[in-house]
Amino acid sequence: MASWTPERRRATWIKSGYSVYYAIFLVFIYGPMIAMFVLSFQGPRGGTSFPMRGFSLHWYNKLIEPSMVGDMQGALGRSLILAIIVMIITALFSTMLAMAFRKRFWGSGVLFYTIMAGLMVPGILLSLGLATLMKQMGIPTAWWSSGLGVHVVWTLPFGFLVMMAVFNRFDSLLEEAARDMGANEWTVFKEITLPLILPGMVAAGLFGFTLSYDEFPRTTLLSGEFNTLPLDINASMTQRIRPTLFALGTASTVFSIFLIALFVVIYMILYRRSR
Amino acid sequence: MQQVVRAEHTGLIGSQPSRSPLADVSETKIVNRGQGFPVGWLIAPATLWLFIFLVIPLAGIIVFSFWQSTRSGMVPDFTFKYYGEYFISEGFLDPSSGKFLTPSVFMRTLGSTIFFAGEVMLFCLILGYPVAYFLAMVVRSFQWKMALFLLCMVPFWTSYLIRAVAWLPMLGRRGLINNLLVSTGIIDKPISLFLYSEFAYTMALVQLYVVLCIGPMFFSLAKIDRSILEAARDLGATPFQIFREIILPLSLPGVAIGMIFIFVLLMGEFATAVVVYGGKIGTAGTVILSYYGTANYPFASVNALMLMISMMIGVVIILKIVNIRKEL
Repeated sequence: MASWTPERRRATWIKSGYSVYYAIFLVFIYGPMIAMFVLSFQGPRGGTSFPMRGFSLHWYNKLIEPSMVGDMQGALGRSLILAIIVMIITALFSTMLAMAFRKRFWGSGVLFYTIMAGLMVPGILLSLGLATLMKQMGIPTAWWSSGLGVHVVWTLPFGFLVMMAVFNRFDSLLEEAARDMGANEWTVFKEITLPLILPGMVAAGLFGFTLSYDEFPRTTLLSGEFNTLPLDINASMTQRIRPTLFALGTASTVFSIFLIALFVVIYMILYRRSR
Repeated sequence: MQQVVRAEHTGLIGSQPSRSPLADVSETKIVNRGQGFPVGWLIAPATLWLFIFLVIPLAGIIVFSFWQSTRSGMVPDFTFKYYGEYFISEGFLDPSSGKFLTPSVFMRTLGSTIFFAGEVMLFCLILGYPVAYFLAMVVRSFQWKMALFLLCMVPFWTSYLIRAVAWLPMLGRRGLINNLLVSTGIIDKPISLFLYSEFAYTMALVQLYVVLCIGPMFFSLAKIDRSILEAARDLGATPFQIFREIILPLSLPGVAIGMIFIFVLLMGEFATAVVVYGGKIGTAGTVILSYYGTANYPFASVNALMLMISMMIGVVIILKIVNIRKEL
């Protein structure tokens, strides 16, 4: 190690210092969740904090039992259906918008800022505005109508930014070539554009799905008589907190991470194919 | 490629380099007007959707804030009554009362919401910037960079509410943090700092939101051209000078975007206050919800409008400090 100059030694020190800091940061970010995972396996007589009294799946069983307060399975089902619809609409709308933004058109600036406003307006304001409006007009709120509406407003800017980035790197010469050879617009889209942007659409869809699946403030006043899963979780927190909540949190998080992994795999496959 | 080289050579005699065919092509990247699907059809569905579910509800809030609340709801009117209630508390204009010119409870709640937002933003910046710097500048290999970046982005994709719930076992007299500190002998009895306190609330908010600002900061740091740094180093700049003169200014747009993102979400925050702090603190969001609950829609709208206005002022201030357009 004779070649170790002072600069190099210093660089190594800096690097290890940052690495240690990053590790501590990860503990801060993940620590509480890991504690929750462990506590969800609490024994039947254990409480919501350490020490662990035994190790069991008791609280997971409680979760599946129909006696659970509220209707957890129903809420999960509704959340999933809503997330899938939001995913499809987000992927579709953001692709269409990004395609439109390839040209300059009248009002494009206003439209751009309106899309971005979906990101900037606090969910509670949208919830309040729409809920009051619908009450005034006598339209009942429901998770599949008003809930769906504001979810898409929230997820659209994310999907839109993804698709804008995709089209920024898109080589429109390929489309030109197809057009020159006499393909009509639909053929060009189906044969050239779509296969190339499909990975981006999957990424936009991922934003749509997970953001909707986890969304709470925008649904608070708008879900109508049936709850989505985050609303149910919130409702169960106002009662006495039991390890069931941790089991639910763990199950939901594992499910989320599984979904992300699934999306990433689909993305990778499509990305490879589009090259 | 060859054409580009040739084009540069024609410039050697002093005239402007002639435009290479490639330059022309790159300018047609924006699709010609006549081609592609008609713009109108592409934007119509989303525009309509945004109009119904974003523009109209926001306009509704403004309109309803002037309406008159009744027992069963509200009726159209043009009254400033609820604005008065918002700003002027009892005894506000009476010098002899003890509450002369004391801000109303609503303004104080809004003030504390802004204060917490500012505090959390500051901590997120202090904690998050080194992480973004480490990922973008210190880690060399691209694979490691992306892997470590994704690792701290995973919480963004999981439920925010559940991450707040996860704080419950950590806090409290017999919570994990106090337990750990006692058992390692750092403190000899549980300290109140880790009970359901303001400190704990702030800590939880920082943990929940810090991942959101790392993304934008990481991207703007990663975009910095390494050759500029090399050049500065060759010219004898110290690492601190390089950071202050080059890296920091170039990363400011990312910092601003991250801060705006956190700020906006923090202003609308109400769930964490309930989960982690047991609802002991009122935020602008909880006030709005409670007046919605008592069917006083105009007053809820006034509160919402004030929240929106202070949020916009905050965003403008951030943008004044960092001129994103200029920096990009």
